[in-house]
Amino acid sequence: MGRFHRHEDGNGHAHDEDEDHSGYQTGAERVEVLERIFDENDKTAAANRAAFAAAGVRVVNLMSSPGAGKTTLLRETLSRLGGKLRVGIIEGDIETSLDADRLAGFGAAIALINTGNGFGGECHLDAPMVRSALPKLPLPDLDLVLIENVGNLVCPAEFDVGQDARAMVYAITEGEEKPLKYPVMFRSCELVVVNKMDLLPHLGFDMDGFLGNLRKVNPTAEILFVSARAGEGVDAWCDWLRARL
Amino acid sequence: MHELSICSSIADIAARHAAGRTVSVINVRVGQLRQIVPDTLVYCWTLVSEQTPLAGSRISVESVPARIRCRTCDLAADVGDAPSFACGRCGGAEVEIVAGEEFLITSLELAEEGASS
Repeated sequence: MGRFHRHEDGNGHAHDEDEDHSGYQTGAERVEVLERIFDENDKTAAANRAAFAAAGVRVVNLMSSPGAGKTTLLRETLSRLGGKLRVGIIEGDIETSLDADRLAGFGAAIALINTGNGFGGECHLDAPMVRSALPKLPLPDLDLVLIENVGNLVCPAEFDVGQDARAMVYAITEGEEKPLKYPVMFRSCELVVVNKMDLLPHLGFDMDGFLGNLRKVNPTAEILFVSARAGEGVDAWCDWLRARL
Repeated sequence: MHELSICSSIADIAARHAAGRTVSVINVRVGQLRQIVPDTLVYCWTLVSEQTPLAGSRISVESVPARIRCRTCDLAADVGDAPSFACGRCGGAEVEIVAGEEFLITSLELAEEGASS
């Protein structure tokens, strides 16, 4: 017998004490559970966080929709930070090593997680997946780990993977309304990198409208304006990363 | 698509609490800010539970609207369908989410031994 139940009208609610359940299907036993469904993920995320902290590594979980420019930004990041910071990359990709291949050759340690197994693959990285990547990285030798999450504005926001900070890349080609359509993602991030700024003259993009929408769902996020392809604003992003250390 | 992996977590938790007894309904509480599609969750459950002792059970979803409270002026308000997390009265950005992030199994309903319904 539990305190929580649903009524015939579909409204569920909590009762402070047991009440008359006449009218309810009697006889069937009810087992109170009250267990968070992400509990297992969050425990593993905490273990990841502890492992990163023990190795003295700071970790940024980088998220975006597909094609917003995460990999290009990371490539530019590695070309600037190489030799100054010891960077590791955890690369989440549904099927291929294409993104990891684009990041090779900059001296960073790269751990690839292919999330494809059945039904077209997972749409996000979760804490156990990141955990499985840790043995592939020389954590004690690193200063910073950048996790390139799977391109998706929904699911990655739901899963704590043990990062110190969440950041996202938003491309101005995506439209001004995206923060309102994906408020959980935009709200989860400490930093929003507004990318593809080199295309601004061609798009008729309403920057004030976008920033207003962003502020509605996340009034405190830091914002950086970047063109990863042209290399503009990437230094400010690298400074933001350094400030995490 | 993450409803599938979520269903695996639900199966683990439900099986542990069922302890071998037959489950008819798994009651799940889902906050509005959890990006879970109830219909997808219910459908994925049929796929995931099929090969387990929980086959034949169904998921019942209780939705919880998102609600915020302004730390500046103390106004409490539903977030509604057009999400804005700024305070509707004073415009303050310092708001806390007081409901809408829930995602838990509240209870299991067990099948009656030998019952027909």
